[in-house]
Amino acid sequence: MSLKPAITDLEQLKEHPAVARLQANIPGSIEAAKFEHDEMSLYIVRSSIREACALLRDYPSCPFNFLSDVTCVDWYPAEPRFEVVYHLLSIRQKERVRLKVRLGDDAPSLDSVTPIWPAANFFEREVFDLFGIRFLGHPYLRRIQMPADWEGHPLRKDYPVEGYR
Amino acid sequence: MTQLTATPVFDAGQDRTMILNMGPQHPSTHGVLRVMLEIDGETVVRIMPDIGYLHTGIEKTCEAKFYQQVVPLTDRIDYLCPLTNNLCYCLAVEKLLGLEIPPKAQWLRVLLNELTRINSHLVWLGTHALDIGAMTVFLYCFREREDILRLFEAVSGQRMMTSYFRIGGLALEPPLDFLDRVRDFARRFPAKVDEYENLLTANPIWLMRTKGVARITGEDAVALGASGPTLRASGVDIDLRRDLPYSSYDKFNFEVPVAQEGDVFARYLCRVRELRESNKIVEQALAGMPEGPIKAEAPKVVLPNREKMKTQMEALIYHFKIITEGFSVPAGEVYQAVESPRGEMGYYVVSDGTAKPYRVHMRSACLANLQTLPVMCEGRLIADVVAAIGSIDIVLGEIDR
Repeated sequence: MSLKPAITDLEQLKEHPAVARLQANIPGSIEAAKFEHDEMSLYIVRSSIREACALLRDYPSCPFNFLSDVTCVDWYPAEPRFEVVYHLLSIRQKERVRLKVRLGDDAPSLDSVTPIWPAANFFEREVFDLFGIRFLGHPYLRRIQMPADWEGHPLRKDYPVEGYR
Repeated sequence: MTQLTATPVFDAGQDRTMILNMGPQHPSTHGVLRVMLEIDGETVVRIMPDIGYLHTGIEKTCEAKFYQQVVPLTDRIDYLCPLTNNLCYCLAVEKLLGLEIPPKAQWLRVLLNELTRINSHLVWLGTHALDIGAMTVFLYCFREREDILRLFEAVSGQRMMTSYFRIGGLALEPPLDFLDRVRDFARRFPAKVDEYENLLTANPIWLMRTKGVARITGEDAVALGASGPTLRASGVDIDLRRDLPYSSYDKFNFEVPVAQEGDVFARYLCRVRELRESNKIVEQALAGMPEGPIKAEAPKVVLPNREKMKTQMEALIYHFKIITEGFSVPAGEVYQAVESPRGEMGYYVVSDGTAKPYRVHMRSACLANLQTLPVMCEGRLIADVVAAIGSIDIVLGEIDR
């Protein structure tokens, strides 16, 4: 197995079911795309994430009905600093897709996808807890892993590994 | 759908109901799960799991370690299936590196993973039965589990925290009599499963405690992100070993048990059938074990063997560099999921091109499975909560990480 170079040209990737579906219904929602290690990543515009997720879930020919995971990567000190990452799986077509939303450092927030997949409930609470990203419209956005009175968000890169003493 | 994400606000002082706190030190919560119950008499009105008591910041710790040093951390996430976690992490990093793993290593990985599944299901069955009141099964299950732990000890030197897989293959050749010992175990094991089933499957008390209890529909289970036997017992037929195969699972022949009822009994049946299927995979792995090396041909990543290191200058240099500086991994990101005994265990590894992972995230099957608890339990009795928690096979180490 040798490493193949990443494909980043959206034109070459438009055959992929998720790309086709999003381009046909919300034009301009895909900022960029990358196909690497046999995995598809799509950068979604912040304002259309919930709409994009709903479209992909209800896609008749390839429903991405299973939300595997929601997490986040902190690229501190680069800007935009945060990438919220969604991993979707289509149980019927055995197809995966990764959606990403870039967020700036200043009070990062985006729409919650919990109304679309109740599975996102705990995942988004964890991202809120450990990265400090607010999910708008989440039914119960509280800390989940850390104690309720904890200060700071431990998985941010400017938070020391050994914690504040 | 709104019912699945109802806001769990607990306010005392309502007329009919009271708040009951279960855990975090309750024997049936399998570790340190705390469950808040709002009850009306003995009926559960609302239920909210509270987690985080075992949070140790493993994801943060991973960012400060070399790639190879993360492997022992992955053991400690899910202490019932360390080898599954080892495998998932190694596969993710190997995908980033573009490493080709030799067939013998892949088959041994499959063999050990299925033994791990048996081990994990035995602990689940024993403790689940104990929760509901069947003491004997616990003793029977731990008897066979002990055999498997001895096998793990033979191969890795450790009973539970194995850390046996390396990025690029395995740590060591297994001992000479290892395969014979596994063969002996696989030959004896199906009769033992019959013993457990004799005690439970037609036992009227067991049936009353499990049949029709803590139901969940397939649709709800998918929406809540449940996976593994919890999902398959509700009639959704997906198993990553068969559907998105990894580590040569496509070369093995096995069935995926599915049940339709979605109750505690269906989840019990699925897992007990999985015990037999896993044993079949172990037998196939033994029968077709290929010959050859157990490590990939990649001197910059895989440590040379001792003889090479002591006799060849180049090997010594590589050894020194891998130990002191680690190895760098090309920038990129990978999400690798495997079918752990509890469901979809996923590792999302992001590399920035250095010798330490930029971000390691573990997708925990239990965390998502736990979200099904309110749907299963609301409107039922408190005693059914205990059965439901047992039936989703919860491991708090994995939930809290």
